[in-house]
Amino acid sequence: MMRLLSAISGAASGARVKAALVISAAMMLSACATPKAPYDYTAFKAARPASILILPPINESPDVKATPGVMASTVFPLAEAGYYVFPVSLVDETFKQNGLTAAEDIHNVAPDKLRSIFGADAALYMRVKRYGSTYYVINSETVVTVEGKIVDLRTGATLWQGTASASSAEGGNSGGGGLAGALVGALVKQVMNTASESGFTYAALANQRLLGAPRVNGMLYGPRSPMYQKD
Amino acid sequence: MIKTAMVLAAALALTGCAHAPSTAYHWDGYQKNVYTYLKQDAANPAELLQSMNVEADAARKAGRPLPPGYRAHIAMLMVQLGQYDDASKQLEAEKTAFPESTPYMDFLLKQMQGKKS
Repeated sequence: MMRLLSAISGAASGARVKAALVISAAMMLSACATPKAPYDYTAFKAARPASILILPPINESPDVKATPGVMASTVFPLAEAGYYVFPVSLVDETFKQNGLTAAEDIHNVAPDKLRSIFGADAALYMRVKRYGSTYYVINSETVVTVEGKIVDLRTGATLWQGTASASSAEGGNSGGGGLAGALVGALVKQVMNTASESGFTYAALANQRLLGAPRVNGMLYGPRSPMYQKD
Repeated sequence: MIKTAMVLAAALALTGCAHAPSTAYHWDGYQKNVYTYLKQDAANPAELLQSMNVEADAARKAGRPLPPGYRAHIAMLMVQLGQYDDASKQLEAEKTAFPESTPYMDFLLKQMQGKKS
């Protein structure tokens, strides 16, 4: 890393380079800006789910791509945090084959019924509050806002909930330094898409902020992570 | 030169520490593949399956584990192409890699048994 840094400063010493370095340093440090009241993890720690069933998200935005965009990009943060995540495409098919096509109806299925089919410890219930692009006179903004709730399917208890947003207007803030920053870098590389699909890219970022570990008041690491029970 | 420096600085900010793989699993185009499938606009199972197989080979060569659900997603695409025996093998492989999936994989295997006969 030091070698890279000196390579950069050796390459040129213009003000623009300095600015780029300052911005990148800010990006690495910006994760822990505002202290929040600590989340009560008592129920989560008592339940310690190993597997999570992602249900089709309820879409409150006018964009029909919100449900597939958010559902497809929810697997990454939870799997990387150490959970087994059920294959969302197959889960979607299973619901359809049982006559359940609306996310609202799926969210109303009893937890023990879900557990009897999928054998999941917990389920993720999501709502997409905002999704997609707004066009202004000189530019456009893509925003995705998601809400998520983890429910223990064995007891019906809510273990955790949170909300997160990502926007094209926030500049270089990738939302995390260190390990989380590395994850976000890997994530962005995979989901970068054509301009018409920018909603998917920001869905992935919003989901990483909502469900990735470690986050302030975020999800705890799952059993497949080397950080399990150390957070 | 300046451009290169900026790209490097951005890459640094994104990767934090350069060593060790930054993810636990080999993801590559998996999320996009699932997204394309779920959107159902011109989702061609044969094409999706092919890219899943190519990336699975790449992961194997790199010695990197496939993410949860990867093999099951392959199995679903195979079912849509009528490749039931190969699909069963993939569901079994998902079970082996992730025992947490066992009840659901067994549910799917049973369902497929019904479809075949």
